[in-house]
Amino acid sequence: MSEYIHHDKDRISAGLVAKNYFTFAEPPEEMVLESGARLSPVVLAYETYGTLAPDRSNAILVLHALSGDSHVAGYYSPDDEKPGWWDCMVGPGKGIDTDRFFVICANVIGSCMGSTGPSSINPATGRAYGLDFPVVTIGDMVAAQKALIDHLGIERLLCVVGGSIGGMQVLEWCVRYPERVVSAIPLATTMRHSALAIAFNEVARQSIMADPNWNHGDYYEGAKPALGLAVARMIGHITYLSDESMRLKFGRRLQDKSDFSFNFDADFQVESYLRYQGRKFVDRFDANSFLYITKAADYFDLGKQHGKGSAVKALSKARARFLVISFTSDWLYPTYQAREIVKALKKNGRDVSFCEIEAEWGHDAFLIPGERLPMLIHGFLERVYHDRA
Amino acid sequence: MTGRDNSMRYDLQIIASWIEPGSKVIDLGCGEGDLLQHLIARKGVQGTGIEINEEKAARCIEKGLSVLQGDINAEVHDYPEGSFDYVILSQTLQQVYQPDALIHAMLRIGRRGIVSFPNFSHWQMRLQLLFSGHAPVSRQLPYQWFDTPNIRVITLKDFRKFVHDVGLRILKEAAIDTHSEDRYGSIVEWFPNLRATYGIFMIGAKGGA
Repeated sequence: MSEYIHHDKDRISAGLVAKNYFTFAEPPEEMVLESGARLSPVVLAYETYGTLAPDRSNAILVLHALSGDSHVAGYYSPDDEKPGWWDCMVGPGKGIDTDRFFVICANVIGSCMGSTGPSSINPATGRAYGLDFPVVTIGDMVAAQKALIDHLGIERLLCVVGGSIGGMQVLEWCVRYPERVVSAIPLATTMRHSALAIAFNEVARQSIMADPNWNHGDYYEGAKPALGLAVARMIGHITYLSDESMRLKFGRRLQDKSDFSFNFDADFQVESYLRYQGRKFVDRFDANSFLYITKAADYFDLGKQHGKGSAVKALSKARARFLVISFTSDWLYPTYQAREIVKALKKNGRDVSFCEIEAEWGHDAFLIPGERLPMLIHGFLERVYHDRA
Repeated sequence: MTGRDNSMRYDLQIIASWIEPGSKVIDLGCGEGDLLQHLIARKGVQGTGIEINEEKAARCIEKGLSVLQGDINAEVHDYPEGSFDYVILSQTLQQVYQPDALIHAMLRIGRRGIVSFPNFSHWQMRLQLLFSGHAPVSRQLPYQWFDTPNIRVITLKDFRKFVHDVGLRILKEAAIDTHSEDRYGSIVEWFPNLRATYGIFMIGAKGGA
């Protein structure tokens, strides 16, 4: 997912929020990961919005994508420069209405935005984990979130919602803890990566690992692999956009010049944009976390992990009501992959709605303010909330 | 027929009156979901729909209906056998490429099918062709030959024969006189093939309920 800074045009916002931390699997306890590796302790950074109803029936878990964090909406301080990453969707009166619902978002394990990941201190050595951090899966991320939901005393989530890698977590929640999920909204996502998606991730990872500063993941006391991570991010950005959105946004326009430079400066606007996005990302994201989370996404295969190779069988475990959404110009997770989810749900007789939203913004479309998506989510949630008993 | 919802198209009112409370229903080509909404509110059915148009499918979902955006000919296939009590195809048959395949698919996923279509053998159509020599254009079939989505012309008699030929059975039928988006109309008892603007049929497998 890209980063967008959209202050709400009507100044409607979830307001000031604070990041909380939940620690579990503290020694001598351990969290056993899907790989068999053990992790202890585990910290989750999370934020909540709105008020939990006395009967705890209005909780919605938002799941973020690759570079996201727990800061889904609102501001940390009055002079904060940018709101949370899905401020256009989460807030009073918005698609996910914080006046009605209690919204929770936690940073995934393996990330670097407050939850335990490769940049956290390894208690065994007193230094950052680096590559000693165990490879985590989408299932592990979800298992950690479930510990948080247990801790918050929420028996059933009214909805789990997320796009991209967040959508994978949505699907994982539905089959791993079916009795805990009333409804689910997987957006712009897939049950497993295509070779194309894995290929882009691999090129991005290679870019990080080819940076001499990467040093096999051991760089926390020296210079960061900034160039490698920046190029990785540039590759990501290409996949988040689309031919159409790039044509509209940049075309072949030149950046601050009227003719070619005849050297290797950024001549085109698209080059300048990608360089800027790459540089900006380095300041806030950890290269090893990028490796771990993209690997988790590549490993994700709902049918293989939960249905002996069959997506239909995997989703037979699900009990939720579904709203599946794809976007016409998303070439990272094209509509046919969303339709596979829909098909498997239909075969299981599950209640499912599906809409392919006409959008030019590619994979990132779910993050961009618009009318359609909030209206769909709002209508779906109203019905689910009404029928919850 | 009591409890009819006059805010809905007349043919849909008739279809609704045929559906037993609490049943499971799928509406193929559900538009903005008027019939589904009515059936859920008035009859407590479990309803779902398929609609190819994004705008209309989105309207349905915004209303809280379970609707899939997609092509009915493709989407009809993935449901388990006997998933529904009624499979509805209203005012769409005349646009379907393979009606026999679709009707069989409908009766695979559901116990009964309900099909409605504009009757091409209405006397006004006959007279138009006879006297003007032009392909008939009516309020029910308002298109010129070159811009019509309707690729088939169907009469009540043709449909009865078709149902018989493909090995199915008509369980119920109504010939009605109404206009395309009209909320009012009447049942045609006499000479329906001549006087009805629409036909509505409930069909099932031979020997089935």
